[in-house]
Amino acid sequence: MTIQVHEKLDAKGLACPMPIVKTKKAIGTMEPGQVIEIQATDEGSLADLKAWAKKAGHQYIGTNREDGVLVHYVRKSSGEEEQDTSFERTVSNEELKQKLSEDVQVVDVREPAEYAFAHIPGAVSIPLGELESRLSELDQAKETYVVCRTGSRSDLASHQLTDNGFTNVTNVIPGMSEWDGETKNNNE
Amino acid sequence: MTVTMWNASDVAERVVNQRPLFILDVRNEDAFADWKIESPSFEYKNVPYFDLLDGVEELVTELPKDKEILVVCAKEGSSEMVADMLSEEGVDAAVLEGGMKAWSEHLEPVKVGDLPGGALYQFVRLGKGCLSYMAISDGEAAVIDATRMSDVFVKFAEEKGAEIKYVFDTHLHADHISGGRTIAEETGAQYFLPPKDAEEVVFDYEPLKDEDTMQIGSVKLDIQAVYSPGHTIGSTSFIINDEYLLSGDILFIDSIGRPDLAGKAEDWVGDLRETLYSRYRGLSDNLMVLPAHFMDMKEVNEDGSVKRQLGKLLEENHGLNVKDENEFRRMVTENLPPQPNSHQEIRETNMGKITPDTERKREMEIGPNRCAVRG
Repeated sequence: MTIQVHEKLDAKGLACPMPIVKTKKAIGTMEPGQVIEIQATDEGSLADLKAWAKKAGHQYIGTNREDGVLVHYVRKSSGEEEQDTSFERTVSNEELKQKLSEDVQVVDVREPAEYAFAHIPGAVSIPLGELESRLSELDQAKETYVVCRTGSRSDLASHQLTDNGFTNVTNVIPGMSEWDGETKNNNE
Repeated sequence: MTVTMWNASDVAERVVNQRPLFILDVRNEDAFADWKIESPSFEYKNVPYFDLLDGVEELVTELPKDKEILVVCAKEGSSEMVADMLSEEGVDAAVLEGGMKAWSEHLEPVKVGDLPGGALYQFVRLGKGCLSYMAISDGEAAVIDATRMSDVFVKFAEEKGAEIKYVFDTHLHADHISGGRTIAEETGAQYFLPPKDAEEVVFDYEPLKDEDTMQIGSVKLDIQAVYSPGHTIGSTSFIINDEYLLSGDILFIDSIGRPDLAGKAEDWVGDLRETLYSRYRGLSDNLMVLPAHFMDMKEVNEDGSVKRQLGKLLEENHGLNVKDENEFRRMVTENLPPQPNSHQEIRETNMGKITPDTERKREMEIGPNRCAVRG
């Protein structure tokens, strides 16, 4: 399975510390919020990458195993945890859960890798950066709930959707970081 | 300034002789918390290598100036990088060749005592707390609870001019991969297993029965099997030359075996009680107990061996002195330490059901043995 990412790093055959050294270097040249895929064969890279990402403030998304290769996904820190949200209509995760049985559309504006590892069943995946160009995939009139990891990217997305004529938009706060309802993993 | 490479023997020598050493462990914090090189004479600092990629200037101020420093990681690559960086800052540090993997595989042979026509050796796996044995008499040898590093045992017997005649496992191990089958295949020795532990084993073996007596050497050195269930349903001890009791994972120096590693704590606790409180009490107090594990460096004697007289253990080991049966039951079934890493996969490997490659076997064995309950 291929997941759309911003950067790819081949660290296959490299022993510790090289997978982390190279990841650190590659991530240094990326924009905040972008996702890197790291292919590695060193088993130790999994625990080390998780621990390193946590300390460095990056978001470890997940790891797939494909034919003996560990494929890791990490999203560069974006500082979104500290950002304020300004879109007026919001609901909590609990309130969204109640709504899911109704005829609503849930738009997940996180990166494809984040979506792939865990998303609300039925949610449409459109990364924030692509939203303006993919509006036609959504129904303007439908009751729309926008979700991301913390409520920050979905705040920006909610503004964008409203500016483009969507009339019934609500931002979900906090979103997937604390979602305890049902999820689907595309890798399984 | 230079970076020197140490091998696992260099570290083992400092552990056994309790010499001071400063260990800079650059693995991630979880790995360090799970398992490290243990010695009461060592000092430790854990800083993951990925926190040092931008430099070691700060770290240098926290390192001792009057002690040898050894940098340790999982394999050796990261510790080499850190030691190189330290060297540039003017700090001499050694690197553990092969890292914790090499440490996990290192065996230190220690002579436990003389036997008619030979001697009994204990192979101390300091990194994991496993103990294996080789009895040699008049050019013949028996190996008990061999660890995965089978070549060490085969070479040792060769050096002593002995032919390995018997290979025994006291039980189906859950914390480490047995080298017994490989040794038997390579040397043509007979491989004995307790049949009750071997119901799912997929290769041929000789079933070990209670009171079976095997002999090695022309002086007929006796190795007698004593059925002693409780850690597993098949667990069997050995009495060698009426002097030594190889207790497997039933009785340790400062703890007793746990009954839950095959998922049957409730079923086996009665057997464990019976073995420790009746069967072992009926044996001679003078027997020297030689367990298959130790958990703490405090259990290691000054000569590097792990042994104690049965009479002493009957007095001092808390696990042998819980009078109330219900209290005993609670102790060995509740609040047990976590199970050894990959224990299910290790059991299946020892049954021959799966055959992982060497690299995977190493990974499976990473971590402490955790076979005991301490009361």
